[in-house]
Amino acid sequence: MAAKDYLRQRFFPQIWCPGCGHGIVMANMIRAIERLRLKKDEIVVVSGIGCSSRMPGYLDFHTLHTLHGRALAFATGVKMARPELTVIAPMGDGDALAIGGNHLIHAARRNIDLTAIIMNNSIYGMTGGQYSPMTPFGKRATTAPSGTIEHTFDLVELARGAGASFVARTTTYHAKEMIKIIAKAIKHKGFAVVEVMSQCPTYYGRKNKLGSAVDMMRRYKEGTAPIGSKKKAEHPDLIERGVFVEEKRPEYSKSYLELIDRYVTS
Amino acid sequence: MQANVRFMQGNEAIVEGALYAGLHFYAGYPITPSTEITEILSERLPRSGGRFIQMEDEIASMCAIIGASLTGFKVMTATSGPGFSLMQEAIGYAVMTEVPSVVVNVQRGGPGTGLPTSVAQGDVMQARWGTHGDHSIIALTASNVQDAFLMTVEAFNLAETFRTLVILLFDELVAHMREKVVIPQPGEIEVVERLRTSVPQGTNYHPYLVREDGRLPMSDFGGVHRYNVTGLVHDMWGFPSTDGKVAYDLIHHLVDKLEHRADAIAHYKEYFTEDAEVLLISYGSSARSTLDMVEDRRKRGVKVGLLELQSLWPFPGETVRKKCEGRSHVLVVEMNMGQICQEVKKVVSKPENVFLANRFDGVFISPADILRLLNMIQGKGV
Repeated sequence: MAAKDYLRQRFFPQIWCPGCGHGIVMANMIRAIERLRLKKDEIVVVSGIGCSSRMPGYLDFHTLHTLHGRALAFATGVKMARPELTVIAPMGDGDALAIGGNHLIHAARRNIDLTAIIMNNSIYGMTGGQYSPMTPFGKRATTAPSGTIEHTFDLVELARGAGASFVARTTTYHAKEMIKIIAKAIKHKGFAVVEVMSQCPTYYGRKNKLGSAVDMMRRYKEGTAPIGSKKKAEHPDLIERGVFVEEKRPEYSKSYLELIDRYVTS
Repeated sequence: MQANVRFMQGNEAIVEGALYAGLHFYAGYPITPSTEITEILSERLPRSGGRFIQMEDEIASMCAIIGASLTGFKVMTATSGPGFSLMQEAIGYAVMTEVPSVVVNVQRGGPGTGLPTSVAQGDVMQARWGTHGDHSIIALTASNVQDAFLMTVEAFNLAETFRTLVILLFDELVAHMREKVVIPQPGEIEVVERLRTSVPQGTNYHPYLVREDGRLPMSDFGGVHRYNVTGLVHDMWGFPSTDGKVAYDLIHHLVDKLEHRADAIAHYKEYFTEDAEVLLISYGSSARSTLDMVEDRRKRGVKVGLLELQSLWPFPGETVRKKCEGRSHVLVVEMNMGQICQEVKKVVSKPENVFLANRFDGVFISPADILRLLNMIQGKGV
């Protein structure tokens, strides 16, 4: 199928700003789904609130646009009720890590089979550029006019520590890598977290004088390196990309079905 | 067939009612005085193939049941006091998205963490207006364990009929009291099933296109119709819209579908009302003390009667207005500072004749408490 067959073109044009990275993520998510040959009727996409969370509306799946930070709580209900469905949650960094931080760590701890694709643009875009838990120390935002004095989460370490059995990071520059990683994450039986560094030229870029979308994507190219690569060894400051965690662990909805079986047989 | 007669707690009866109505998915978080519902369902649901999950908080519990309901199952959560406050955001979401769901709030003393183990009825207005924005809501209640069972079944029926969230507003005393309950045989009480669309696969299905009878047939997530659900103002496709007419029509629909049927949704019981000069109005456990006092007065020839409300929202204004007509006085009995009393005053022709007998100190209101007020308004002193 062509990518357009996965879209609800009736609702276009989409709301994202020129140069926004989220469209790249949406396109690559579609390509990953196509690669996995999943049926559209078997996919539920659940989001919260924010720029990235507007994605489900444009996708021709069962789509649920919920409350700020709550995507994973709604998604848990969907997955528990219908474990045979593939449930994907596109999220933003503020959405997933500030207001939704509690739901994220508990979904990870349960290891429920959901795929959280967290688009990290280091800013609250929908409300006009406030600092998020992923805005680096010293960077500017409308609520940090002289630079934030807060520190970021390391999303990979947070997800690993909370118990996610699949954790990966990629960027909008690395399109082919992103398709592969998202496909792996969806296929993974357990809670999967994919951090996608996604540029926001309109707010984060402008506030911090980072140039155009192309300039920002170039930074993703130059500022990152594959896990364990020579490049990383030579430049320890680079942000690592790739799959950090991929483990087989009891998955929650499956464990629950086994619990039902135990009751039925006893 | 032998009747299924059991001796059980109110919270147990709520569970039995929910299972009778077809509950399949429950998400909850421990909180006094509703915890027993969560505890009992953690065994009952997996035993019958249903789904139970203890979420990380009440916010998540409410969200999880909405997600599960969209896949086509009957859902419920239960909470108390502060937990009900946390659920308000997602309660509004369920109202806006018209997702059938049932929320039990076993009321306890408030505000704040208040009196966790004490009886109170202070959440009546929160049930009505706790979530932001114009909307309507259904809230049912009960004064005894048998009725807690029946009202729970009714909550599921109304949720499916009107494609809405229904609140079961019980109080600590009914939830923790043990009484005889007759559990009806399957089929003895009507159970309303979900209205699903007859639109065939491959034909456009509009999840928010209101039928002429005001109902909206649903399609399960995972089924053949793929559609969007959003808490934003949305069109018939379920897609966000900022169009003024779309917003106007949607808000009107959400309010009208319940408010225009307020008296059809109304549930109430009457005791000695026919010739009563003074009408007492009460609900929940306080109706028990009221009935005791009314029965006692009747033995002494005093013409008093009781109207026990079992549905609080939408407020059955027309019913209450008619029942209050021609009485010398109306005495509202409740365990808050007059939340339903104000509603009664709004609908009657002589609000100056409406009085309040109440307690809000965590102590159960007694027949003597109510009698003192009755004597006072009848000019008999206290």
